[in-house]
Amino acid sequence: MPASDELIHLESITKVYGTGDGTVAALQDFSLSVASGESLAVMGPSGSGKSTLMNILGCLDTPTSGRYWFAGQDVSRLNETELAHVRNRRIGFVFQQFQLLPKLSAWRNVELPLLYRNVRDRRSLALQALEQVGLANRVDHRPSQLSGGQQQRVAIARALVTNPDLILADEPTGNLDTASSRDVLAVIRELNEQGRTIIIITHDPEVAPVAKRTVHVRDGRLVEQVAA
Amino acid sequence: MSLLKTIETGLRSLLGHRLRSVLTTLGILFGVAAVIATVGIGQASSDSVTARITSLGTNLLTVTAGSTVSAGVFGGAGSANTLTMSDVQGLQDPQSAPDIAAVAPVSQGRASLILGSANWSTTVSGSTEGWLVTNTRTMGSGTFFNANDVATRTQVIVLGTTTAANLGAGVGDIVLVKQIPFQVIGVLASAGSQGFGNQDDLAVVPFTTAQDELFGGGVQRILLSATSASTIGSAYLEANQILLQTHHITNPSQADFTITTQTQVLSTAQAVTQTLTILLASVAAISLLVGGIGVMNIMLVSVTERTSEIGLRKALGATPLDLFRQFVIEAGMLTALGGLLGVATGLAVGYVVPRAANIAVHITPLPVLVAVGVAVVVGLVFGVYPALRAARLAPIEALRAQ
Repeated sequence: MPASDELIHLESITKVYGTGDGTVAALQDFSLSVASGESLAVMGPSGSGKSTLMNILGCLDTPTSGRYWFAGQDVSRLNETELAHVRNRRIGFVFQQFQLLPKLSAWRNVELPLLYRNVRDRRSLALQALEQVGLANRVDHRPSQLSGGQQQRVAIARALVTNPDLILADEPTGNLDTASSRDVLAVIRELNEQGRTIIIITHDPEVAPVAKRTVHVRDGRLVEQVAA
Repeated sequence: MSLLKTIETGLRSLLGHRLRSVLTTLGILFGVAAVIATVGIGQASSDSVTARITSLGTNLLTVTAGSTVSAGVFGGAGSANTLTMSDVQGLQDPQSAPDIAAVAPVSQGRASLILGSANWSTTVSGSTEGWLVTNTRTMGSGTFFNANDVATRTQVIVLGTTTAANLGAGVGDIVLVKQIPFQVIGVLASAGSQGFGNQDDLAVVPFTTAQDELFGGGVQRILLSATSASTIGSAYLEANQILLQTHHITNPSQADFTITTQTQVLSTAQAVTQTLTILLASVAAISLLVGGIGVMNIMLVSVTERTSEIGLRKALGATPLDLFRQFVIEAGMLTALGGLLGVATGLAVGYVVPRAANIAVHITPLPVLVAVGVAVVVGLVFGVYPALRAARLAPIEALRAQ
């Protein structure tokens, strides 16, 4: 069972893809815990299993075996609808490709997760989140009218707007130039300093130092833990 | 996601692909319009047939010579001319036929009528004074010929309004029929043209005159008028009995004549037009089905195209039900829009066609409602499969698709 200050508690997680002879274990006997308010970087080369880890941490997928407690709730055996509720209420995602809907303005994009729970004042919550990432003057712009760094900040605002327990960033600077990367990482660090739990999945050694703790994944196993 | 918000999201997505939405809508539009228009045309022709037949009077019975009806199939109509004037006299006997009000033999042919330089070809009937009553017609001007005219083979003629107008003939004029002069003694009141034929384009002469001077031959058919609509049954039995006797037939199944009531004719005609309407409507319904498949096609394209959007929405907390609803509602909106535009088009066709071409269209509310209902159901049914595909997409796979 997880300790009370633990937000994430993975216990012997195994994830196997495929059936019969063609099975591949993307994660093997993987255990990890993340305390509330912590910031963690997950590093590893491609094929190491870090994407699988991200999917399981983000409740986008369920493990083949093992237990996953999120904020004290066992989420490893939930069905799709229940997982959708966990994602909606507790996790904010930031993707490498930004994943903004091109036809919607910035604030409409930020509003999206609020549509899947019955919230009033969606616009004011979205505007608040955009202000937090320094885009108060870009609320009505379409993604195509924004720079890459600004788009990623809109995506961060979208992750923030539901006031989630965890922000899960998957290669958040993978598509950005150095200057924009710095901006985005600064925003992420600031969020962590405000007390929000952050997990960054990356293969970029320059990104990892944003987090206070770094773990390495190789061949589906946790290989080392480095305290920054 | 709330229903209102789902509808708004759907609208946004449909407006985002305007051309595609319009083309998809067209499929449904034509289907619905076709159903409404064809059923409207069928309804109108059924109405006109019914009106035409009932205008002849529901107490009318027709005795046809020599034709037999076996299992509903006419065999050799007129092959043996078995009706005679003595049949007519027998049927006129008030003793043995108390329920028959009027009797009129008819022998008919086409002939050219000439008045001065005017020339008009029409149907000329030879009949007796009973013609007017049995056909439920009235005189517009002049008089109809009487029993005496029939007995003395008078060369008089009564015209329909169309015939009179085309000849420029009035009461007192002499018209030539097959070179034989006939004096016009009356013009019938107009019965109006209904559907297939014009009941005002005809001429009637005394039966005897027609036999001697025009067509020769015997009685082609005998028109009977029952005393009222409720005595048709007994009039039928009386007429049957009399004719069997005068024809010396003991086995009724070997009768060499047929008696038809207007109700029989009416139900046959209605059955025919109904079959025709059903046939036309099913062709239209198939086009509606094709329109529905078009909707499914477009929704499948839309799901494939928006895979990453679906993935994103799932990651942000959309449940499978949310996505299912979103895509079904989009399909439903496409078909509902197509259905409404189809109703408008169908009504427009119903307005334009009778004015542009001489085809009557009678649109009733039921087929309109049914067509729209079917369109929406088609949209929802054909929207279900694509929507299920969207709902079942795994969020990670969907997110990766770019």
